[in-house]
Amino acid sequence: MKVNGKNITLTKSIILNDFLKKNDYNINRIVIELNGEIISKDKYNTVNLKDTDVMEVLSFVGGG
Amino acid sequence: MKQKKENIADDKLVIAGHEFNSRFILGSGKFSLDLIKAAIETAGAEIITLALRRANTKTEYNILDFIPKNVTLLPNTSGARTAEEAVRIARLSRELGCGDFVKIEVINDSKYLLPNNYETVKATEILAKEGFVVMPYMYPDINIARDLVNAGAATIMPLAAPIGSNLGLLTKHFIKIIIDEIKLPVIVDAGIGSPAQACEIMQEGAAAVMINTAIATANDIKEMAEAFKLAIQAGRKAYLAGLGRVLNFKAEASSPLIDFLED
Repeated sequence: MKVNGKNITLTKSIILNDFLKKNDYNINRIVIELNGEIISKDKYNTVNLKDTDVMEVLSFVGGG
Repeated sequence: MKQKKENIADDKLVIAGHEFNSRFILGSGKFSLDLIKAAIETAGAEIITLALRRANTKTEYNILDFIPKNVTLLPNTSGARTAEEAVRIARLSRELGCGDFVKIEVINDSKYLLPNNYETVKATEILAKEGFVVMPYMYPDINIARDLVNAGAATIMPLAAPIGSNLGLLTKHFIKIIIDEIKLPVIVDAGIGSPAQACEIMQEGAAAVMINTAIATANDIKEMAEAFKLAIQAGRKAYLAGLGRVLNFKAEASSPLIDFLED
């Protein structure tokens, strides 16, 4: 799958919440777009990531 | 210059029904995290802009950890080159749970960073319908300003000079036209390089100014934030007080013309 523009190999599907925890993302500071759709936080424990997915994990930074 | 009637005793900045005491909007770009909190507090800013970017798992801290809780967050759509991209960024920003404010910034010119006014109007119309408080950053064109009002913008944000340039009020006359003709708050954003320039445009009736680079590139960031705060307050007071008339072709004595001491 693709995460933030980088290719990642998923050996098996993984729950979104577990993927984020495993990769040290701070869930309170991010927003997820999966295959063009915004995923609300209450769905993080039910959405399954698969190898064809394209995901963006975004957060706020300083900007003008 | 036409001066709008203002209630001096209760002079708040009102954006889509939200009231603010401060007319100083601070951009958070180009600051190190340890300085941003000090800058916000010294500036007395109640609105801070942010950008949305791909998350970096390696950074321990997030900018939200350094912004005081009572401050209104104003995510920008920087990175957007079209209305569609701006809308996407705005929706993602809102999902982060930081309110409905959005600054529309649509730029497809990477040299001068001048905004695309037409795409900005398109994005404004879509996002206003979705309940965003839309604050569009634009090149000062009175026709586009009117289109933005019709599209549902909450403010108009004309640029003074190119982003990051510190060049000052290059577009001053065209900003004044917008201030005179548009009833929405006019917030001057980009290019202001000194407190004197911020004071000057506030004196002309701008509702607020946005400053970023002028503070981030100053020798003493905290002191410069305070200088801007005072200048913005001074400019607003001068506007409300009403500037005196200007005599172009003659002088008028300030001391009495009678009872001179003479032989």
